[in-house]
Amino acid sequence: MAEVKLMKGNEAIAEAAVRSGCRAYFGYPITPQNEVIEYMARRMPEVNGVCLQAESEIAAINMVFGAAAAGDRAMTSSSGPGISLKQEGISYLAAGELPCVIVNIQRAGPGLGGITPAQADYFQATKGGGHGDYHTVVLAPASVQEAFEMTVRAFDLADQYRIPVLILGDGAVGQMMEKVELRSFQRRMIPKPWAATGRHGRQTNNIVKTLYLKPEELEDHNNKLQAKYREITSKEADWEACYTEDADLVLVAYGIMARIAQSAMNIAREQGHKVGMIRPKTLWPFPITPFKNATKNTKGFLVLELSAGQMVEDVLLAVEHKKPVSFFGRTGGMIPTTKEVLDKSLSTMGQKGERLK
Amino acid sequence: MIAAESARMLNTFSRPECIKQVDYHYCPGCCHGIIHNLVGQVIDELEIAEKTVGVAPVGCAVLACDYFNLDFVQAAHGRAPAVATGLKRTRPDNVIFTYQGDGDLAAIGCGEIVNAAARGERITTVFVNNGIYGMTGGQMAPTTLSTQVTSTSPQGRDTLRAGMPIRVSEMLATLDGAAYIARVAVNSPKNIIKARSAIREAFLNQIEGSGFSLVEVLSTCPINWGMEPLEAMKWVEQHMIPFYPLAIFKNNGRQSRDT
Repeated sequence: MAEVKLMKGNEAIAEAAVRSGCRAYFGYPITPQNEVIEYMARRMPEVNGVCLQAESEIAAINMVFGAAAAGDRAMTSSSGPGISLKQEGISYLAAGELPCVIVNIQRAGPGLGGITPAQADYFQATKGGGHGDYHTVVLAPASVQEAFEMTVRAFDLADQYRIPVLILGDGAVGQMMEKVELRSFQRRMIPKPWAATGRHGRQTNNIVKTLYLKPEELEDHNNKLQAKYREITSKEADWEACYTEDADLVLVAYGIMARIAQSAMNIAREQGHKVGMIRPKTLWPFPITPFKNATKNTKGFLVLELSAGQMVEDVLLAVEHKKPVSFFGRTGGMIPTTKEVLDKSLSTMGQKGERLK
Repeated sequence: MIAAESARMLNTFSRPECIKQVDYHYCPGCCHGIIHNLVGQVIDELEIAEKTVGVAPVGCAVLACDYFNLDFVQAAHGRAPAVATGLKRTRPDNVIFTYQGDGDLAAIGCGEIVNAAARGERITTVFVNNGIYGMTGGQMAPTTLSTQVTSTSPQGRDTLRAGMPIRVSEMLATLDGAAYIARVAVNSPKNIIKARSAIREAFLNQIEGSGFSLVEVLSTCPINWGMEPLEAMKWVEQHMIPFYPLAIFKNNGRQSRDT
């Protein structure tokens, strides 16, 4: 009998982490993700786990570094301003190849910005964010159920590839309550012979390091990281495509924006307009395949974001300028209505493939 | 008898077992070698090498992980106490120590060390205070003495603009979570013996679970101070110790052991 609950996205992420075997959570309060740390503060003691409220986001990510270095499944969560503070730590985690999960329930920026939903941290999440050549896997849930599922997947991917995995949610997905099936699953725990657990009989000592003073060694290390990123790019891209086979216009959106786009697409279809949709579920690696497939038949793409236009750059690269790519976004925490998106879709189609600028 | 005596002497001057037989990269006259050895001797004596994980700082001692035959983690600049917190909370039976310099601990990592101490994290910090940033070439640190010349205070530290140096041990000793706080120096054989005893006490406090422990070790940087090693040792005696008095500021573990 499946366990079905009404939960906020933030709570579903926290519960999924616990069920995934995460026993080390370090956080700092920031809206709109406070339910994660509050849930963990209640839940972790029940499973003999650690929930520690750190003195800063910087400390929290470095506590994750320590727990991950010891081989534990570790997680932190925050929102834009706090995620900016964590960037130093994320670069070190990537360099040290430490598996962990970092949740960003995005709010509107820049600066202190606001506390309402946005998707303006896309560049930061997918293009590195911190210093040096590195990537983190970025998963983008569009529902509370998916917040649960992607958290489970995040821990597995993190361990499998020894890489930090970001869950890039938004204030809407984090705050809204939906039905969620807390399905049972098999934890994919793998041995971590590299972890700094104390030697405990091991002959050689384990060192978790990010410093390579010899350029030859550092280049080797970079090459190793890049090979890993190529493998992830080829294997782990994930997406959902609807009606793209015959669509004149393909909407592209992720997270809460994809829910609005889907409603607009359904109405457009009812009205006889051939509208389809691609929803990237991994933002890094960005799914190229559905765009290659859709480019043959469609007349154009309309990228929808709660930002001034960030993912649109990846769509342009995926489409290789073979078809027009338009953009519509709202910023500041404003969320467009279904009608706004529908009108924008129809007016874009009305332009017969001419690119909007 | 004489043979046994000399064997003991030899043993006294050999490297601790938990330190690898490799050359240190430290500059001539640098005290890191002495302090590493003291930490190593204590770890050997307490027989905790198998369950000890060290956290290296950013600074000269980042390469400590190449010298200790212990599991080691390199932390970002100043973040060692946070990394140590993650290591300790998930493996409470392990012994975790950080080894940090004064730029790392007292400037960029001030928030981490204060809050780790306030939480009473069961970790041990070996805090090496030589009054400057060594690895980057001798810039002013929060611990640089008033009027002391460094590469970023070429006219001498102006306390009207740069403030007075931070007395880290005194500051941390005010926190209830701190179980053991002591300041020692390694400028003379007598002080080195006292330093060893303080480091031992700091590890014992962690093992017994009494709280956060820190040993501040007054050290030298002859190269960046522009002094001969012996001259630097004298400078510690004449200038550093008067401002940074050697003392055990707190020892909760000793109190509980005595009662």
